[in-house]
Amino acid sequence: MTPGRRRWLPAAGAFVLVAVALPACGKDSPSILDHHGPEARHVAGVWWLMFGLAAAVYVVVAGLVVIAIVRGRRTSTPAEDGAAVVRAGTDRRSESAFIWAGGIVAPVVILAILAVVTVTTTRDVRRAQDGELQVEVTAKRWWWDVRYPESGVATADEIHIPVGRPIDVVLRSDNVVHSFWVPQLAGKLDAVPGQTNHLRFQASTPGTYLGECAEYCGLQHARMGFIVIADAPADFDRWLARRSGAGTGPTSEATAEGQLVFMREACAGCHAIRNTQATATLGPDLSDFGSRQWIGSVTLPNTRGNLAGWISNSQTIKPGNLMPPISLEPDELDALVAYLESLK
Amino acid sequence: MTLLDRVPTGKDLATLWEDAPGIPGFFSSVDHKRIGMRYIYTSFVFFFVAGLTALVMRAQLTTPESGVLGPQLYNELMTMHGTTMIFLFNTPVLAGFGNYLIPLQLGTRDMAFPRMNAFSYWIFLLGGIFMYLSFFVGKMPDGGWFAYPPMVSKAYSPGINMDFWGLGVVFVGLSTTVGSINFIVTIFKLRAPGMSLHRMPIFVWSMLVFSFMAIFAVPAVTLAAGLLELDRLFGTSFFVPALGGSALLYQHLFWFWGHPEVYILFVPATGMISQIIPVFSRRPLAGYLWVAASLVTIGFISFGVWVHHMFATGLPPLAMAFFSAVSLIIAIPSGVQFFAWIATMWKGTVRLTTPMLFAVGFLLIFLLGGITGVMVAVLPFDWQVTDSYFVVAHFHYVLNGAVVFPIFGAIYYWMPKMTGRMLSERLGRLSFWVMFVGFNVTFFPMHILGFLGMPRRVYTYRDGLGWEGLNVMVSLGSLVFALGTGITLVNFLISRRRGRPAGDDPWDADSLEWSTTSPPPDYNFASVPVVASAHPLWDQKPLPYASSGSDEETRGLGPEGAVERETPITSGIDTAPEGNLTIPEDTYLPLMVAVGLAVFFLGLLVNAAAVGVTGAALAVVGAVWWTWRTEEDLA
Repeated sequence: MTPGRRRWLPAAGAFVLVAVALPACGKDSPSILDHHGPEARHVAGVWWLMFGLAAAVYVVVAGLVVIAIVRGRRTSTPAEDGAAVVRAGTDRRSESAFIWAGGIVAPVVILAILAVVTVTTTRDVRRAQDGELQVEVTAKRWWWDVRYPESGVATADEIHIPVGRPIDVVLRSDNVVHSFWVPQLAGKLDAVPGQTNHLRFQASTPGTYLGECAEYCGLQHARMGFIVIADAPADFDRWLARRSGAGTGPTSEATAEGQLVFMREACAGCHAIRNTQATATLGPDLSDFGSRQWIGSVTLPNTRGNLAGWISNSQTIKPGNLMPPISLEPDELDALVAYLESLK
Repeated sequence: MTLLDRVPTGKDLATLWEDAPGIPGFFSSVDHKRIGMRYIYTSFVFFFVAGLTALVMRAQLTTPESGVLGPQLYNELMTMHGTTMIFLFNTPVLAGFGNYLIPLQLGTRDMAFPRMNAFSYWIFLLGGIFMYLSFFVGKMPDGGWFAYPPMVSKAYSPGINMDFWGLGVVFVGLSTTVGSINFIVTIFKLRAPGMSLHRMPIFVWSMLVFSFMAIFAVPAVTLAAGLLELDRLFGTSFFVPALGGSALLYQHLFWFWGHPEVYILFVPATGMISQIIPVFSRRPLAGYLWVAASLVTIGFISFGVWVHHMFATGLPPLAMAFFSAVSLIIAIPSGVQFFAWIATMWKGTVRLTTPMLFAVGFLLIFLLGGITGVMVAVLPFDWQVTDSYFVVAHFHYVLNGAVVFPIFGAIYYWMPKMTGRMLSERLGRLSFWVMFVGFNVTFFPMHILGFLGMPRRVYTYRDGLGWEGLNVMVSLGSLVFALGTGITLVNFLISRRRGRPAGDDPWDADSLEWSTTSPPPDYNFASVPVVASAHPLWDQKPLPYASSGSDEETRGLGPEGAVERETPITSGIDTAPEGNLTIPEDTYLPLMVAVGLAVFFLGLLVNAAAVGVTGAALAVVGAVWWTWRTEEDLA
């Protein structure tokens, strides 16, 4: 058997697999190579450069390992065949040259390339620019509070941005450390309590991009997603305008009843809805809840059934989240769901 | 003194050196070999426990939205997996090999401070038990193995869970520090005559670097966990931002230890590799000085890279660029070692025995882990992959592949010396191949999962993100890997019962541990060997032994020294005999102090002042007694 060769081939094969499969795999995934913004594009470029270098280094060095083994290999133990020990001394110089070349010169060249790439890429991304749109994002346990300071619009777990405009996410946490990550747009930045961080990025293609909390933040770290919706500038302006105007209030009997339930029950103790008496900030702002795609920070699609289940007992869906179970009569629950889904 | 009237026999010496029989001997032994093996066995118990927790976690992650584990239990197992592997397996198992091998490789009769040695083991064992008590009260630590405040502060983690972790880390840290001091003194003062620094086995070099790194790094994590516990137990606010503390201060302290720790583990692992590869290539290590210098260089540079764990925390770019550059540079000494190993095999004749297979497996795995390590040093790339499964893949290639594989190689290589019996080559090769395949099937796809956006430390994930297939693959791989480690366990158990006797030197190896019997006698060497080469067993046939002189300096070199339970002290650079160190008799004092400290920490844990004071009193009385006895011995 030729174990050396067998070992080398799968490793090289695996690298080819990555090169071929990675872009394909990412079809449904928030893949860092499926880039839709300048930072993600830069980093994907850095990756492909590094991948080329890495593949070359791996194949050459692993090849040397295999050749070194295969030359004059034996399977017996030394004591069994009494193999004489080869003494060095005469070829010290060639060994040194080999170690110099492989262990110092080659790495220095490659690392120098990477150092230059690091510096130039770092310089090109996350720079403050004119005309930035500020979005204040505060990481909560376990959801994201989103505010647009210029227009006073508040929402949660969904960040709408205009395509092509530089965005400045003003990132804070008032509890534990979290990390803001939208793989298709940019790398991570932590939300660290006691400090304000700025993540500057932009989207270059309209679309919906999955975001995640990337720093372990306790019980429901896994269910602390959000989405970034990049719209054409005109669509974004419309979206913002609709939320900053005066609300219409309940438009039907059912939603009016739902609003009463909302104010009467525990809901208003934690949540805010624009243009109502509900102004609490413990939980997500629900002013445009009906237009959001997800419930519970990308835990469930926003449907009436899911919402009813969530309100009744979200603890079975996202155990440990800070919303207590709310027990309501069926008709009250229906009205509340109708009201929340009417908020757009 | 009657024994000295004739030449003492091995039997005479054995009587003088052996531990008390039975259970008293078990608790009072200060023999470095018994302590070393206990370290190895105990840490392997933790290895298999932490491996099982990994399998349970993989059961949960095999399918999306799975309900095998709830979030709380998953987070607890995740925390204990990492904590156990780092604090209770990787570090102590290397200390165990160091304990067992260093005195033998140096040609001396025990460690410099045998009672400290026993003490550091007891601390490790009791610290491990302390952390695992959490399982019995169902309150396992759940803050992740790096336990970032304020998530683990009282406000967000009110239970006792993280106290097991914080106090346990402070406690176990003592063991590493004490052990490291012992290694350094042993290596500098107890080398056999003639073993100058450039003739020391590379494993000894690696443990020297391990020890210096540990002495400077461990206090940082002790401080981090200690301040955290002050916050939690006594209401201070070092890490509570709302009260003026700093969340990032903890991260700096933690990683000031945490990154050197990676090299604290990796350096001795490469030291093992540098012992194994030459023996099975039938030639001395190429570039011995290069390799030794690389280890020392790694030791220094590793203290300048910790911020690369914090690239996403919002530090100033200029500061991060510095750490990015240093993190790239640390690849160079590893590259030097790598090419020294290749050169050794190239010019030699390779025997693919089980230890060598593990060494080769290490090379192929570490090569990839090292490459991805360079990648994550590149600041903007790290922003994308940090805290994703890519990083999980990377550090398992380094900490599992590049540390655990050498440790398994070391088991196959040195266990025959320790037990006197060979392990089965057939089972060994099988174990290697199953582990090697299982390892790569488990951890390689994690790189891709990270690219596909899967964050680390999630207890579940949604369906439809393209992560399903790879997660199934990872889980299957982890079963295969576990099976591979199980084969070695079985191999070991069979070998203990009916393994082929190993003889003194089954591998025709070069270093001094192979000059004595397998297992070695309690006194290691009746006469201390005289070394004139970096490969004494290859170059000095037959190996010459010293005889006792009449003066104080050389009195302990020959069997007379063994009779007196002494071992020679030599000068640090040129190993001239300088005097003799008395090896203490069995004693319960190290155990007493360790138990006292354990009770003290238990008192802190359960907030019972009486318990804490009792423990502290026991420890202080033990320590005073211990010191007093030493004075008496000297008199």
